[in-house]
Amino acid sequence: MLGLENKDTKFLLVVVALTLCTPIILQPFPEGSSLAQFNAGYPDLMQRFAIFGIFAIGFNILFGLTGYLSFGHAAFLGVGSYSTVWMFKLLSYNVLPGLVLAVITSGIFALFIGYISLRRSGIYFSILTLAFAQMSFNLAYSVLTPITNGETGLQVYTDDPQYLMGEGALTTTHVFGLAMNKSLIVPIGGWEFNFNVGYYFCAIIAILAFYLSLRIFRSPFGLMLRAVKSNQQRMNYTGLNSRPYTLAAFVISGMYAGLAGGLLASMDPLAGAERMQWTASGEVVIMTILGGAGTLMGPVLGAGFIKYFENIFSKINDNVLHGWFSFLPDGIEDFFINIVNPFFGEGWHLTLGLLFMCVVIFLPGGLMEGGQRILNLLKRKSKDTADDDSAHHPKQSPHVAE
Amino acid sequence: MDALLLQILNGLDKGSAYALIALGLTLIFGTLGVVNFAHGALFMIGAFCAVTLQKILSLSSTTLDPTKTDFLGNPAKIETPYVESWFGPEIGAALIDWSVPLGILFAIPIMISIGFIMERGLIKHFYKRPHADQILVTFGLAIVLQEVIKHFYGANPIPTPAPDAFRGSFDFGSMLGFDPNVIIYPYWRLVYFFFSVLIIGGVFAFLQFTTFGMVVRAGMADRETVGLLGINIDKRFTIMFGIAAAVAGLAGVMYTPINSPNYHMGMDFLVLSFVVVVVGGMGSLPGAVLAGFMLGILESFASMNQIKAIFPGIDQIIIYLVAILILLTRPRGLMGRKGVMED
Amino acid sequence: MGILEIKGVGKRFGGLQALGDVNLSVEENSVHAIIGPNGAGKSTLLNCLIGKLIPDTGSVMFDGQSVLGRAPHEINQMGISRVFQTPEIFGDLTVFENMLIPCFAKRDGAYRLHAFETIPAEKEIVEKAEAMLEDVNMQDKIHMHAASLSRGDKRRLEMAMCLVQEPKLLLLDEPTAGMARADTNNTIDLLKEINAKRDITMAIIEHDMHVVFSLAERITVLAQGTPLVEDTPENIKGHPKVMEAYLGQTQQ
Repeated sequence: MLGLENKDTKFLLVVVALTLCTPIILQPFPEGSSLAQFNAGYPDLMQRFAIFGIFAIGFNILFGLTGYLSFGHAAFLGVGSYSTVWMFKLLSYNVLPGLVLAVITSGIFALFIGYISLRRSGIYFSILTLAFAQMSFNLAYSVLTPITNGETGLQVYTDDPQYLMGEGALTTTHVFGLAMNKSLIVPIGGWEFNFNVGYYFCAIIAILAFYLSLRIFRSPFGLMLRAVKSNQQRMNYTGLNSRPYTLAAFVISGMYAGLAGGLLASMDPLAGAERMQWTASGEVVIMTILGGAGTLMGPVLGAGFIKYFENIFSKINDNVLHGWFSFLPDGIEDFFINIVNPFFGEGWHLTLGLLFMCVVIFLPGGLMEGGQRILNLLKRKSKDTADDDSAHHPKQSPHVAE
Repeated sequence: MDALLLQILNGLDKGSAYALIALGLTLIFGTLGVVNFAHGALFMIGAFCAVTLQKILSLSSTTLDPTKTDFLGNPAKIETPYVESWFGPEIGAALIDWSVPLGILFAIPIMISIGFIMERGLIKHFYKRPHADQILVTFGLAIVLQEVIKHFYGANPIPTPAPDAFRGSFDFGSMLGFDPNVIIYPYWRLVYFFFSVLIIGGVFAFLQFTTFGMVVRAGMADRETVGLLGINIDKRFTIMFGIAAAVAGLAGVMYTPINSPNYHMGMDFLVLSFVVVVVGGMGSLPGAVLAGFMLGILESFASMNQIKAIFPGIDQIIIYLVAILILLTRPRGLMGRKGVMED
Repeated sequence: MGILEIKGVGKRFGGLQALGDVNLSVEENSVHAIIGPNGAGKSTLLNCLIGKLIPDTGSVMFDGQSVLGRAPHEINQMGISRVFQTPEIFGDLTVFENMLIPCFAKRDGAYRLHAFETIPAEKEIVEKAEAMLEDVNMQDKIHMHAASLSRGDKRRLEMAMCLVQEPKLLLLDEPTAGMARADTNNTIDLLKEINAKRDITMAIIEHDMHVVFSLAERITVLAQGTPLVEDTPENIKGHPKVMEAYLGQTQQ
């Protein structure tokens, strides 16, 4: 189905089901219970899962498949955001033209940067992309102020032309009249589920983006990209020119980033230069690697993981901590809170940095590899009781990495 | 002519900082073959060594003076720094005043130990891993270090003034025979420049004239062969890492009066220093120094109004622009050796 | 006119003259061996043929066209494939995927961005890859990661990857180095079979004289960057100049 093998179709269907049920899955605790703070079913957060999922999926097509580590992908995110907000300013609050423009401009931008940067590989490539992104960031802050509105950030003002704005049209972002901030709130028992238009819009695009990346992974093109990562020299001596392949991967991943940027602006019609800073590029690198570079689901998991914990960890302040450790005697309670405190609230980045280091050191395959290892461990345990037949019939590994 | 000189002078302090950080980066890269994204964080930690020393020296005992009252009518609190009560008010005050230069003595052992711990505890295990992994793990370490500093010192810049004697500016132009009041230069920037020249000279002399340095240079050229000669190169590399960390740290200590240190200053300098290293040529020490000063001065020229009038915004991107041009036309940078980091 | 004409090729690395004035002609459909002591410039010569190095002087003509100044992939597309001294394969990919890549390169040229096809849908490519793997007796290993193969298998895989492209000229850089005697004999048989079955020219660098004398039709002896003698194997045996070049190095 859909040009996929059975196994992949099933995989895709599971992903679709999970994505569509996210508002329910992420709301496991009843409202008002002490655990409700771990719920993540808010529109804003769920939109971020989907959007950064798209960003990471795109980054993974470049980094995961070809091994080219770009430290400048946030530039495309920023370009996408600016394009979309400009469409809001010029046409109307309908997000579609903005998203289309975001993908096109970021694609062109990526073509230009990629064409130059891909002349070098390894660390030189990383530095070139970093230099381009920092240049874009600095320019967006200074000379390009007429386009980017500098430090204030680009936003829609009431005196903007908005040529396609009809009488009484929506003044928030929408897709053909369906406002992004509209939500259907369904209280069931103690639970409260929030089905948000914006989230479902992002989710559908994310599913399409995922499907596209699945097709790329399974295609001869994807095979060539993995060949680039594995042994570029052999590839060249086999009569293949690796440049068009890497450039195509770079442009595709740039377009994904632009799309994600456009979606960010579609959820909240703002675009600021800080979205292009290299630390933002670093974030998508972390997401992809934390989840598992080169795997299909890894980057999405990484993005969700980081955005979830960023949200939850930053909310946990001293009071919450006191609540947790209140069962301990006073002195010990304070002692524990003092130890734990730096890692929560404001200190979330510290936790993230440590976590990231641990993943790079101990689990280069990311969370996906961790999950795989645990699964294997469980399998081995259950196999010990069953007969040990598998050793004589080695399991065939699939053609393409999961 | 005097305008040119002024821009060159203005570029020197930034150029010195770039050169020092790039020198450390290159030492680490050249000897250990590790791309250290945490090097900017070492610069930042150095700066916070100066901050810490200043804070320690300013620790005060509080006494109540019943003869005076504050505006609420309570007895006035008088803070007397401990150093003043121990060494007498004059020496004590001088110690506090000179806390930044004293920070050098304070920072050296700290930075060297941080370097040792980093190398033995983390970097050592990444020699055989791909460069991408090295970048990633040191990037993570940089985040951790800067967040730790943020936790203890807060997010705001902490003003750390230079000693009184070096505050303010002087008319450098008239000393060189130009018209007075054209080239006004802050004392501390000049101090910073001479300091960095001293450090750079020291590092080069150390590598050039000591046996230790000779072995390290040999190791940079061909690590395996030196290892085969029965020389324990690993131990020397650990020491080199400590030295590189100390160089970055000292650059940070002395930089504090120029820009009040904050927790993300390392990241800001890191990106530029990497560009500097690449422009200079990966693995080339003279290249790193040359490129550092060159780019600092170029940046200062680009921020001249006459130039900005022709190319608006050029001051923001000049360094990156130069880096891109150099990388594309001279793939090995200005003075890079063949075969370094080439696939 | 041979299929490969090397004229006056020289290459200098700093102060080292790696190749002097090399003139060499390889006849079509022959097996031509290049031998010589270590450091004679054999590998440098091969590197000049595949675009890894550009010689300072001279010309290299292949099939009537100049090779010099072309990118490695262009040279391969002209019909030159090379087996390396240490096997160059795609270690992260499976044996089967390793095999697919040259098949695609042969059919689609230097690049084709077919991102929306699936590999199983490319029936002819899959069949061709499977057939070739069967030819080299690796059909039971097609799902193994190439990096986990034994050294001998890696070599066989690399050779198969080159052969499946049906090159006009196959360059072999010590194809039997480090192999056991039995494996070496298998490789000799394989190469003989290929040479008999297909229209293929082979240039082979080898230290093992057993291999050289069982395969080669012409032999060039290279010493210090210049060809010493070129002749048939019979005449090379016991040739005084060759003895001199190899003095103390082989007991042939």
